[in-house]
Amino acid sequence: MSQFLTPALTGQIINLLAAALLLLSFAMLAQRRILSLINLFAAQGFVLTLSTAFVAWATGQTHLWWSAGLTLALKVLLLPWILHRLIQRLNVKWDVETLLNIPTTMLFGLLLVILAFNLAQPVSALAGTITKGTLGIALAIVLLSFLMMITRSKAVPQVIGFLAMENSLFFAATAATYGMPMVVELGIALDVLVGVIILGVFFFQIRERFDSLDIRHLEKLKEE
Amino acid sequence: MSVTPLAAALALAAAWLAIAAIGVCAPHALRFVAKLLYPLGALVGLALAVTAFVAISQPPDETVLPLGLPDLPFHFRIDALSAFFLLILGSVAAGVSVFAAGYLRPGEGAQPGVQCLWYHLFLASMALVLLANDAYAFMVTWETMAVSSFFLVTSDHRIPEIQRAGYLYLLIAHVGAIAILMCFGVLHGFGDYTFASIRQVELTPFWATVAYLLALFGFGAKAGIVPLHVWLPEAHPAAPSPVSALMSAVMLKTAIYGMLRVTFDLLHTQIWWWGVLALAIGLMTALFGVVFSAVQSDMKRLLAWSSIENIGFIVVGFGLGVTFAAYKMHGLAALALTAMLYHCLNHAYFKSLLFLATGAVLHATRERGLGKLGGLIHRMPWVAWLALVGALATAGLPPLNGFVSEWLLLQAFLFTPSLPDSYLNMLVPVAAAAIALAAALSAYVMVKFYGVVFLGQPREEKLAHAHDAGLWERAGLVWLAAGCVLLGVLPVQVITLIDFVTGPMLGTNLSKATGATHWLFLAPINAERASYSPLLVIVGLAVLTGLAWLAVRRFYHGRVRRAPPWDCGFPLLNARMQDTAEGFGQPVRVVFEPFFRMQRELPSPFDAAPRYRLTIEDHLWYWCYLPVARVVDRLTALVTLLQRGRISVYLLYSFATLLVLLFLVR
Amino acid sequence: MLSEFSWAGASAQLTEILLAVLLAPLLLGWVNQCRAWLQNRSGPGVLRPYLTLRKLMAKDAVVAHGASPLFRTAPYIVFGCMVLAAAIVPTLGTDLPYAPAADAIALVGILALARVFISLAAMDIGTAFGTLGARREMMIGFLAEPALLIVLFTASLISQSTSLATTVETLSQRELAIYPSLAFAGVAFTMVSLAENARIPIDNPATHLELTMIHEAMVLEYSGRHLALIEWAASLKLFVYSCIGIALFFPFGIAQGGDAAGLLLALPALAFKLAIGGFLLALIETVSAKMRIFRAPEFLGTAFMLAVLALLIHALLET
Repeated sequence: MSQFLTPALTGQIINLLAAALLLLSFAMLAQRRILSLINLFAAQGFVLTLSTAFVAWATGQTHLWWSAGLTLALKVLLLPWILHRLIQRLNVKWDVETLLNIPTTMLFGLLLVILAFNLAQPVSALAGTITKGTLGIALAIVLLSFLMMITRSKAVPQVIGFLAMENSLFFAATAATYGMPMVVELGIALDVLVGVIILGVFFFQIRERFDSLDIRHLEKLKEE
Repeated sequence: MSVTPLAAALALAAAWLAIAAIGVCAPHALRFVAKLLYPLGALVGLALAVTAFVAISQPPDETVLPLGLPDLPFHFRIDALSAFFLLILGSVAAGVSVFAAGYLRPGEGAQPGVQCLWYHLFLASMALVLLANDAYAFMVTWETMAVSSFFLVTSDHRIPEIQRAGYLYLLIAHVGAIAILMCFGVLHGFGDYTFASIRQVELTPFWATVAYLLALFGFGAKAGIVPLHVWLPEAHPAAPSPVSALMSAVMLKTAIYGMLRVTFDLLHTQIWWWGVLALAIGLMTALFGVVFSAVQSDMKRLLAWSSIENIGFIVVGFGLGVTFAAYKMHGLAALALTAMLYHCLNHAYFKSLLFLATGAVLHATRERGLGKLGGLIHRMPWVAWLALVGALATAGLPPLNGFVSEWLLLQAFLFTPSLPDSYLNMLVPVAAAAIALAAALSAYVMVKFYGVVFLGQPREEKLAHAHDAGLWERAGLVWLAAGCVLLGVLPVQVITLIDFVTGPMLGTNLSKATGATHWLFLAPINAERASYSPLLVIVGLAVLTGLAWLAVRRFYHGRVRRAPPWDCGFPLLNARMQDTAEGFGQPVRVVFEPFFRMQRELPSPFDAAPRYRLTIEDHLWYWCYLPVARVVDRLTALVTLLQRGRISVYLLYSFATLLVLLFLVR
Repeated sequence: MLSEFSWAGASAQLTEILLAVLLAPLLLGWVNQCRAWLQNRSGPGVLRPYLTLRKLMAKDAVVAHGASPLFRTAPYIVFGCMVLAAAIVPTLGTDLPYAPAADAIALVGILALARVFISLAAMDIGTAFGTLGARREMMIGFLAEPALLIVLFTASLISQSTSLATTVETLSQRELAIYPSLAFAGVAFTMVSLAENARIPIDNPATHLELTMIHEAMVLEYSGRHLALIEWAASLKLFVYSCIGIALFFPFGIAQGGDAAGLLLALPALAFKLAIGGFLLALIETVSAKMRIFRAPEFLGTAFMLAVLALLIHALLET
């Protein structure tokens, strides 16, 4: 079967998966409902798993299989489940409010994509993997997730933006250098898990204090 | 006996001056002025167009005339660039003058003879601007153009809004003229002021950039680019319709001519970011213009804003051409400049046609507001059908002329991914999307304009007395409409003309870059890449429509029954139920809200006499112009401190000046 | 181009035009039938549009008193524009002698011409519905047209040509290759064609509620043969858009050159693809709800962003 996979075809499939990741992060930027946001995040994790598994198969690096499995367990199953339970207990399924309206946010997102593509081009020329074109996409998704964190005014989408950023950093690592050492990966995964649990505790505190998860209430905490 | 084209052109400009002089000698003789002098002016325009047509393919010709001051004679020159713009001037002026012959009525504003003076002086000065070959002649004729058009704009000078519009117009025209003067000052180095010696000067990139920016500012103020556009929506509606048509069609193009002359002829090399700057400004102008024109409720203001949009297109083409030229991609620069020049020609024809149509409507109905018109296609069929040609052309629809220049511009954009700079080759294709948006919005605006004015039911009862245009007016409209159709259907022939212009400017033109051209198909790069044949499209459309009509008649029948409108069964239909102009602009108002500064007065449920009022204003007036006006006010207030009213203080000023000069001369 | 003119190509072109004109109502009928099946109804039958056209043609045309000649000629012009569009799009084969007359940009222009004429005709009678429909249709138009142009641009950049026939030839001749930019462009194109063809979620083609109409509001005053021509033109527009989508994104099976055998093989391939496309369209319409009118700019804005993303991805990954 590997004869069927010419290097050109492998590169194209990975490009396609990278483009799907970009599409999903744009969809997250344009999303209004928190429930769909979590589902899109799970979908993003799934595509990430697929691409890691594909790179593992195509290049024969076995530790990438472990990474793929870890991603599947953590980002497609565990974290979305935690987030679902969180929003059910916090009762925050309503519309996401944004600081800028959606068309303007998408326009900014587009400009960020152009910036990221241009910045990544000289770097990806130096990489030696089959997936070097996707470094630009990974950088673009990082910037888009950051934009999502900035322009949302409720806490849960900000956390999802943070998680999406971590997703794309992982993808960048897979694309440019065939993954990180296992130890680093396990460490990052544990950090992310612990971070989400702590943030969940935080949410309850915020909700108790202000009766709402709108982060603009946090501005009242400054010195007057 | 052979008369050189230059001599002929100068003689024709002199003929216009003579007509102007004759007109002012008989200020009250309406019939003489309207039926003899204006048609004579139209003939002169036609002759000028023919001269320019001959001159385009000939090598440049120069002459020196001993007018002006004793040591500063006027230099004149005709080359392909001047000849092209003279062609625009002459042919459009012919149509507009024929229309004006039938348009002049007694009792409107200034006396007919005086109007004739300013009108023909305006035409003559524009012709001389295009022929000027030194900075002095250029500035003198430029100023004459500005002053004569000021008097034309304020023809109806008793109305305060018109006075204000004229004042604003003159102010910005002079600000632009100062910038142009400074630009020539930078360009001429230390030689003399003729263009011939300016061409010899080699400027450092810094000074070349300064000259380019000054030219962009100065000529842009006259062309109406954002943010120097505020005079256009005031001045064009204030002027009588033939004058609006000329200003929009030809005067704005002289500014474009100036930009082309400075950038490609007087400056030797171009820098890439000049083009990107022009591209960005042109894009903003196009979008701003079309969005504002969609929310206007006065038909002439709508057309004025639409002119701003078209100038934006032209500047976009210019910017693209400069960018390509800066990267030495001359074939592509030729494509972009061809699109731009073609659009100059197209806009002149379709915009003047629309302005003249509004003039006819204004005369027939005495109404300018879109809220009081409607249903005029029944009372004024000639004007309505010819205006339909103009509206379809403005909307950029095939097979008319607006589409050809838009097609060429989009083809030029398709090559931008081959630009060497990586940011540019990603950003510029996105600009193509913005141009497509502006083009689609202009179709929206034209449906609004045509539908509200000519279609539907009359919104006022007095519209039943509207009469169609007279014979002279019809002739002018037919001339311009025929131009629109011909320019749309025969693009290859027009491009062979434009090739004579782009050749000397860039070193190559489209035909050289592409090889063989076919008379039927417009294939600017090569036939495989892109081709368009408007003649085949119009023939195909006519054949298919005719076949459909015949087939339906043959297999079924052609019976028609007349009945009241269905209106979903609602029996009490009246004219107030159709869309007003503001209503038709509502989607644009909602989608593009950040562009506008809106004030709305909404009625409450408890009002005895409920009113709805909407004012839409320009943000830039409040952001740019009012602060500048305030600063100027403050500075002048400081200066008035000098005026003490005591003689001893004034003597002190003279004494102090004398002392300072003595020190300096030492 | 005239040297490439061949009688085989001309007859192939005429066959394709005739096929498009005759089969377009069948596509519409198929979509309506699929929608009925998905809604658990027995449906009107795939040949219903033909019967409707015949009924309408036989009736008298009732024209309002205030209608101008523009109102009566607009249906013919709109129909002519749609047939012209069908002549440019490669449906069965890429050897189209008429193709050099108009490329992709001119195709968008011809569709815009039809849209402008029908909007003007809607404003002609002077009722509130007509002007409402015209204003909304032009709004959808100015939002959808840039997105469509950028999608066609992306395809032209891949094939280095704006002529649809050349683009289809290039795209169908490449080896199995996946272009991510075309994937994005495909999603954008689907959204744009939903909007332009007055389908849910932008407009409801089966509505009789005035405030939810766009297309229906414009043709409210038409009857008899005029209405028949306009409905036929609308089904032709759907056919043309489907064929553009198939030609750009699934061009397998389209005959290269004008030989009769290739064209005969291309016909079942086209029918198969149109059947699947029609079913998917019915599926999308069934699972979506119609959006309120001022959500349409967001929808089309998303389509536009996707199209621009496709262009950028092409610049990044495929050059």
